[in-house]
Amino acid sequence: MTIVREFFDIANDPAGYAEKWKVKHDGAVVGYLCSYIPEEIIVAAGALPFRILGSGSTISLADSHLQAYSCSLVRGALEDALAGRLDFLSGTVFPHTCDSIQRLSDIWRLNTRYKFHIDLVMPVKLQAKSAAVYMQSVVDQFKNELAQALNVGISEENLRQAVYTCNRIRKNLRKLYKIQKMTPDRLSSIELHAVLMAAMVMDRNELDKKLSVLVKATGLPNMDCTSVGKRILLGGSVCTRSEIYRVLEESGGRIVGDDFCTGDRNIQGDVDTTGDMIEAVSRRYMTRIVCPAKHSGLLSRGEYLVSIARENKVQGVILLYLKFCDPHLFDYPYIKAMLDKENIPCMLYELEEGPWSGGQFKTRCEAFMEMI
Amino acid sequence: MAGHDRSSDSEKQQRKIKSVRKMKEIMTNYYIEAKSAGQNNRKVAWITSGGPVEPLIAMDVIPVYPENHGAMIGASKMGPDLCEKSEIMGYSSDLCSYARTDIACGPIDGGPIGGLPRPDMLVCCNNICGTVLKWYEVQARYYGVPLFILDTPFCHERLSTEAIKYVSSQIQEYIVFLEKHCGKKFDYDKMEDVGRLSLEAQRLWQAVLDTTVNRPAPMSAFDAFFHLALIVTLRGTRIAVDYYRQLLDEMNQRVDRGISAVPNEKYRLLWDNLPIWFRTRWLSEKFSAHDACLVADTYTTAWCRSLKYIDPSDFIRSMAESYSMIYLNIGVDQMADMIIEMIDKYDVDGFVMHSNRSCKPYSLGQYDIRRIIQEKTGIPVLMIEADMVDSRSFSESQIETRIDAFMEVLKVNE
Repeated sequence: MTIVREFFDIANDPAGYAEKWKVKHDGAVVGYLCSYIPEEIIVAAGALPFRILGSGSTISLADSHLQAYSCSLVRGALEDALAGRLDFLSGTVFPHTCDSIQRLSDIWRLNTRYKFHIDLVMPVKLQAKSAAVYMQSVVDQFKNELAQALNVGISEENLRQAVYTCNRIRKNLRKLYKIQKMTPDRLSSIELHAVLMAAMVMDRNELDKKLSVLVKATGLPNMDCTSVGKRILLGGSVCTRSEIYRVLEESGGRIVGDDFCTGDRNIQGDVDTTGDMIEAVSRRYMTRIVCPAKHSGLLSRGEYLVSIARENKVQGVILLYLKFCDPHLFDYPYIKAMLDKENIPCMLYELEEGPWSGGQFKTRCEAFMEMI
Repeated sequence: MAGHDRSSDSEKQQRKIKSVRKMKEIMTNYYIEAKSAGQNNRKVAWITSGGPVEPLIAMDVIPVYPENHGAMIGASKMGPDLCEKSEIMGYSSDLCSYARTDIACGPIDGGPIGGLPRPDMLVCCNNICGTVLKWYEVQARYYGVPLFILDTPFCHERLSTEAIKYVSSQIQEYIVFLEKHCGKKFDYDKMEDVGRLSLEAQRLWQAVLDTTVNRPAPMSAFDAFFHLALIVTLRGTRIAVDYYRQLLDEMNQRVDRGISAVPNEKYRLLWDNLPIWFRTRWLSEKFSAHDACLVADTYTTAWCRSLKYIDPSDFIRSMAESYSMIYLNIGVDQMADMIIEMIDKYDVDGFVMHSNRSCKPYSLGQYDIRRIIQEKTGIPVLMIEADMVDSRSFSESQIETRIDAFMEVLKVNE
């Protein structure tokens, strides 16, 4: 499909896309580091929300600022900034995530020269009423700071329209997930991955239109599809490598879902379109599927993984964690225990920095597929 | 020769800090009391080192510190074995070694004191790191006890009014949590006394640390690492106040009599990050052999840095700010400013940074701090790559060579 090709082009060169967008629209590109960004606010400001994930280049400049025991996301993002590969950004927003991203924000602020730098210090525990009140104040403050930094006004109506757009995007992406899961011959996992990667950097209005076209083009999920392969659920934080999907499928797996913050976790939960928009936006980020760097109960992540594993009748779960990702690595033993209890086999693979060598991953996948 | 030995022995004896014995006695009693809490119908709460302990003391709950446990494990060189045990449990060797070793102790009653007393509740304040949140989640699942999280928003550049309000609301939630799990009303009058004692202990601890502005310094950072235990564990009690008063008297006497921590103090150094618990003696002797004294550190001062935010007339109200503005909860540039103040105050010749792979909030940003310090003060900086507990990450010969080279630079600069 030609339309899928366009998503691949953007996913392969997000910076190139943002640069062109900036020239064409004479607009501002706002970089952000985590899926907890209320992107509706950036869209309402008429700017381009651009998720920074690191281009995967060799680390050299970032080595002067970050120890080797930082994760590849943090090191890769800083490397890109220092090497000038993100010069198209007007500014950056750091939602509070983990200890590493928190410190990256400081290092970034001290060593880059973008026009603005905003820290969005959100609550970490998400169930308390006091946290909801605080979250709302943080989102509201973000709206004001961004409006000031970009010298624009953000009206309630701007925000409502942005919410409609982002809700439609999430809804269509969820439809695409279903299509990929049920009918992978119409939309493969690699194609869906490209769409998801592009969706985090594209002009959201353009994305909204293109997704509607793509959803129509792929058609309804085919309930009778009898695709082969062992049903696999992927878990973890960010997954930027499309090779992972290829290797998994070549090893005999069939991907039926994920829990990535670059994937399904990023598109779950819509913003209520009635009432006060700031409150509604805040509520989505308080209630969406939680990241392990936040707290919403002692078992919430494990229970969620088990539930989607059951729902998708998976035969195995592969957890792809970034090396040095503390929040995920702390959760691993209890999540594994919960999956074991359900007789769902689970494999942990730590994604390391540097050029991807699929060999080891392939061997592990093949062994895992054989075992399940 | 025999005469010389005797005089050097007596000099050594004189150099020893006498209060150490008292401190050991207090800590032993404290752990005995904590371990027998159940028999005495008292509750035990595990709490993070930066957490608000005062309301626990006011409720007669015994606070227990898993981080102090981690330090004991490190100092007793039990780190590698317990780290391996945690790895078998599924915890990555890249995770914090305090957390890993403490988690490994639970099921086997392991560690230097045969495991910590079982908690009745857990109190986790994330002003020191996000790791404690994950660590306490693990323990809350394991022990099946209630967990209270005090979420202190990070202050990259400033603490917002909204953040202060948020933390203040949580302090009230904390009191409700304690009332529920202790089965009694919160005693605000007692809290006032506890707040006063906490403030007094912090002031005394600061005064103790400040005695090292003298030349020679009567104690070193290695001594501070040891005497720190009470300001962490018994802050808010009369015991801590009495002890630090005694320690301060001893330090002042040492200053008057010219008794120094290091025999021939020539070079004064500042230490950054947690101690390398399993090598404190080795490091102390190593620096001492170069006539260098670690006169101050960024770690032990963390328990008195919030003094300026505490309102003696309303301790509870000022807790939101004082617990949010602690050293590890602020931006890298603010940390660098504080270090420069310390370099000035303690008249420091060199800066030793421990890049601690267990502690990301303390360690990430150190390279920038190093650059800022070098640019603004011109003093030499040494970076040691290690870990606070896991000695498998410690390369003695490499670190020895680097310390020697660093000291050479200082000597040339002289």
